[in-house]
Amino acid sequence: MSIELKYEDELKERAIKALDKKATYGEDIDLSVFEEPDESEAVDELSKLPREIQEAAIASGMDTSEANRSGSFMQLDHTVIYRNIQKAYGDKLEIMDINDAMAKYPEIREKYWWRAVKVDQDKYTAFSELHDVHGYFIRVFAGQKVDKPIQSCLMLQENARVQNVHNVIIVEEGADAQVITGCSLAPKVENGLHLGISEFFVEKNAKLTFTMIHNWAPEFHVRPRSAAVVGDNGVFINNYVLLKPVRSIQSFPSARLVGKNSVAAFNSLLYGLENSNIDVGSRIILEGEGSSGQAISRAIVNDSSKIYARGALESKQDDSRAHLDCRGILMSPHGMMYAVPELLSEAPGSYLSHEAAIGPIAEEEVQYLMSRGLTKDEAVSLITRGFMDVKILGLPKMLEDYISEMIEATQKESM
Amino acid sequence: MLKIDNLHVSVDGKPILKGIDLQVDEGETHILLGPNGGGKTTLLMSILGMPRYEVTQGRIIFKDRDITHMALDERARLGIGMMFQKPPAVRGVKLAQIADIAAHARGNNVAVAAVAEKLNLEEHMDRDLNYGFSGGELKRSELLQLICQNPELVLLDEPESGVDMDNISLIGNMINELLHKDKIKGRKVSGIIVTHTGYILEYVNADKGHILMDGRIVCSGGARDIFDEVRLHGFGRCEQCQ
Repeated sequence: MSIELKYEDELKERAIKALDKKATYGEDIDLSVFEEPDESEAVDELSKLPREIQEAAIASGMDTSEANRSGSFMQLDHTVIYRNIQKAYGDKLEIMDINDAMAKYPEIREKYWWRAVKVDQDKYTAFSELHDVHGYFIRVFAGQKVDKPIQSCLMLQENARVQNVHNVIIVEEGADAQVITGCSLAPKVENGLHLGISEFFVEKNAKLTFTMIHNWAPEFHVRPRSAAVVGDNGVFINNYVLLKPVRSIQSFPSARLVGKNSVAAFNSLLYGLENSNIDVGSRIILEGEGSSGQAISRAIVNDSSKIYARGALESKQDDSRAHLDCRGILMSPHGMMYAVPELLSEAPGSYLSHEAAIGPIAEEEVQYLMSRGLTKDEAVSLITRGFMDVKILGLPKMLEDYISEMIEATQKESM
Repeated sequence: MLKIDNLHVSVDGKPILKGIDLQVDEGETHILLGPNGGGKTTLLMSILGMPRYEVTQGRIIFKDRDITHMALDERARLGIGMMFQKPPAVRGVKLAQIADIAAHARGNNVAVAAVAEKLNLEEHMDRDLNYGFSGGELKRSELLQLICQNPELVLLDEPESGVDMDNISLIGNMINELLHKDKIKGRKVSGIIVTHTGYILEYVNADKGHILMDGRIVCSGGARDIFDEVRLHGFGRCEQCQ
């Protein structure tokens, strides 16, 4: 039996054992109520997609003109309907359906597949392994600096479906890239489930800025499972933006900083609306000498939403440090926020710290701005917009402006 | 410009102002002196319309309009501006943002950058509003916002407190600018200055002065006369006057 087959069998076996394993956090989802999606038709240009699909993609950060993107990937339901690399970037990166990539490069399975995320983490990872899966494979070649973002969009267009996605991103030694992934729904979709496995490998002296924008519906469930492994002097920045209602999302991405002087930063902007149940965290594991990390979370709780903002720092290495910064504004008496910072150190020379604060918008601040002539709504909007500080994401100006506009639109709708 | 009749104000149910009568005409600057807790800041906050300050009796007339129960922001848009003694910090909101909003409200068209330069605040414009500012920086930030706001009635609460000697002349000069003190005729802007030490009077000419004690104005007169009296005798003789 080949090594690949042996590993594949082992994965299947572990997944089968974990099929009923509930996740540590978040409400338990009955996977049997969702059907697998139908196949969709591929397109040769994003502009040929139906208008409502284009609009939904744009709402999650997709540039359908691709003018400001180096490459694109789009999966509709269960089909990879589009992938493209702009000419100028042809020798810098590759973007493929993950299945095609594993067929072309069999070593991917052994080397990367379920190597950052555990296949038996819970029933969702197990389900993903045991069912037909798609997703993207993105590789940025060694030494290449990709100055325009690579974009991807994962979208469902039918109700009551489960979208099963497994992505792998490899940023090779000395390379630098930004990936923006939008997860979205066609307008008529009200319910369903998105399972998204994402495994990131940031090699020596490489940098990956990964920004995920989620755009769901009030009865939709989401269970992403993401993890990164970062090598010597590698930098992994993970941004997460959720500004629309969702029935439930539970996600606790992690970064293992195995390399010397490796760095991870997790930044989250969460807007709790309607009955959303949002359980989002980030975990930084300091294993490399001189490794460091930071996790910043900003959350606004509106309506009857609940936000669990988790953060975990684990140190196994002296001469490492990490900091958690979690702040929330509770704007509704029917909402709830629970900030859960965890620090675990097994290294006497490591320094871990956290700060967390939850409160209302200070009346004193609102009145102060009103004394300059702003209405109360304008003052609250200015404060909340400032609180959801897009600059923490460290994005290029164009993306930063785009997310600022999204935040502003969300605020207007929620007022 | 401003007329206050028999104003009674309570804070958290406790009466603070107990029948204030005051008239400030167009272009005039008044100073308010008095011991701590006498009601000076309460009077300014009540004119400004801060919600915590509850008018229980009396009226406030501004530009011939009864503003006694008018909302805070409406009063600001009508032309009342305040330099707070202890302004709050507002994280996430940049000084440049609020200055820019004020500079283009009410038909204003104030060149924010030029004002920032005069106040040595160019490097503070992209910082969070008042966050981590020193005493002098806070005063300059307040003045910047007020100049951008371009109010017709300026309320200054202890403009010299917490300011070092290097900054006080700058602040005095900018208050003069704010109050259009360069205009001898046709001055439209009026001001009320609460001052504890009176240092600001070295830089800003005021027309009238009042001593406010225990929620009442107990003495009024020329600003310099009133200040000299307090400097020489404290507030002891005012108590006797009552």
